[in-house]
Amino acid sequence: MLDIIGSYVTESVGNCGRFARFQMRTAAASVSACFSVRSYPLIWTQMLSIGVRSVPVVMVTGAFVGMVLAMQAYDQLAGLGMEEYLGALINVSVVKELGPVLAAVMLAGRVGGALTAELGTMNVTEQITAVRSIGTDPVKYLVAPRLLACLLLTPFLIIYADFMGIFGGYIISVLHFGINKQAYWNFSANGVEMWDVNIGIIKGFFFGAAIAGVSCYKGFHCKEGAHGVGQACTEAFVGSFILILAIDFVLVVIFKAIYATFWPLRMMV
Amino acid sequence: MKDLKVSKEIKNYDGLIVLRNLTKKFGSNMVLDDVSLAIEKGKTTVIIGPSGCGKTVLIKHLILLLRPTLGEIYFKNRRIDNLSESALATVRMNYGFLFQGAALFDSLSVYENVAFPIQQHKKILSQKQVDEVVKNKLAMVGLDGYQDYYPANLSGGQKKRVALARAISLNPEVILYDEPTTGLDPIRSDIINELILKLQRELNITTVVVTHDMKSAYKIADRIIMLHNGKIIVDGSPDEIRDHPFPIVQQFINGQVSEKDLASLRLGHIVEN
Repeated sequence: MLDIIGSYVTESVGNCGRFARFQMRTAAASVSACFSVRSYPLIWTQMLSIGVRSVPVVMVTGAFVGMVLAMQAYDQLAGLGMEEYLGALINVSVVKELGPVLAAVMLAGRVGGALTAELGTMNVTEQITAVRSIGTDPVKYLVAPRLLACLLLTPFLIIYADFMGIFGGYIISVLHFGINKQAYWNFSANGVEMWDVNIGIIKGFFFGAAIAGVSCYKGFHCKEGAHGVGQACTEAFVGSFILILAIDFVLVVIFKAIYATFWPLRMMV
Repeated sequence: MKDLKVSKEIKNYDGLIVLRNLTKKFGSNMVLDDVSLAIEKGKTTVIIGPSGCGKTVLIKHLILLLRPTLGEIYFKNRRIDNLSESALATVRMNYGFLFQGAALFDSLSVYENVAFPIQQHKKILSQKQVDEVVKNKLAMVGLDGYQDYYPANLSGGQKKRVALARAISLNPEVILYDEPTTGLDPIRSDIINELILKLQRELNITTVVVTHDMKSAYKIADRIIMLHNGKIIVDGSPDEIRDHPFPIVQQFINGQVSEKDLASLRLGHIVEN
């Protein structure tokens, strides 16, 4: 029994160390790639496949988030005679929390799965070893462009998700439930601050880095064969999902503390 | 194994690549056991041995794609096993490596595959010069005109030839071949053998080949080394190997299963290696 626990602990600590070392190498390679003109076409290509091609699914996700929120929240607010507040409720929830998190989860599935499968296949067919044998750093050539593309474009994709979430909420609230359009937008404008929108967008940078970091790590360290690649894809999605939720929690705590600190100062100004 | 003379002496300390007392373990599994070897410049050294004896692990150590558990590796009298990955990049530019499965980048065209090492390392070349180098290298392997093809559209033999063109694109001093003829029919295997000889002859490249194809080994080798259970058991010219008295060598080169293994098979036991 002690043997099993011991080997499990040793393996887990080893995996954490490998993950941390990989992320440090990736961070260093990404900084170096930012200053290397030869890396720009690689980053551009990844931006196309990771960012541009994700726009439709992220927009659909955002739209449904807004519509579902409106459907769920209407009854409660209508019961209190406060249905015109629906705009504020939906839009704060979408831009601050649900839009960024659900868009990131969608990206973890679409982009993360593709990254792990692509790099995992390259790993088991020795293409990554071939890159090393040529004297090129595979982390710089393969991982850094993907990380930078995810990091830079996830916030923009979150803006798309937010926009569609707001639009979806509006369609259901105003066109389906017949809430007064003017009142809906007035309460929305009063309820949503620029701070709320910014929080959602800032979260995007962290979520993008988490998706690329976990997915590329799993691709680089996947086991042999089709089963190994499949297992790596599953682990990458689960790992990214949990990391997104954990990062979200940490960021909420931090932003709340920042807001509580600076809110009285703003009132004074 | 008592009757086998295990080679611990390095025959030539002035070799282009020298391995000293190399040991490699994966967990508790000993794959290479105190191997010492010097690869001579301009010669073709062929490493033979049964599947799982450590041939691929050995050839990957020559270019430091694997790090030794114990022992030292020298390239041109400079120790390289203690270098960082970034420092090794410069050393690896002197090598070309042909992988067992070709390992072509499947998202890149044939042109992009062959141009990849040039674009990564030769910063001054213009596009026209790169085009010319790629054309020349593909012509050397008989595949000029295939620049726009993708690896998925090539046969196994063509993939290996493109991988060979990629391996020589930086004009390396050493080419390492990992099972170059595996999975190819006899005619395509012979094409690869002829290419290995041609490159060695025309470019005076130091060549190391890992194979268990004895026909190929006899055709291309200046020197043959046999690995068995992670140790070098025989080191000599093709003629010396052909007439070697060790039964284990004769069994391997003639493709004969031993009486002991045969008896196990008849009894339904699984034979290792």
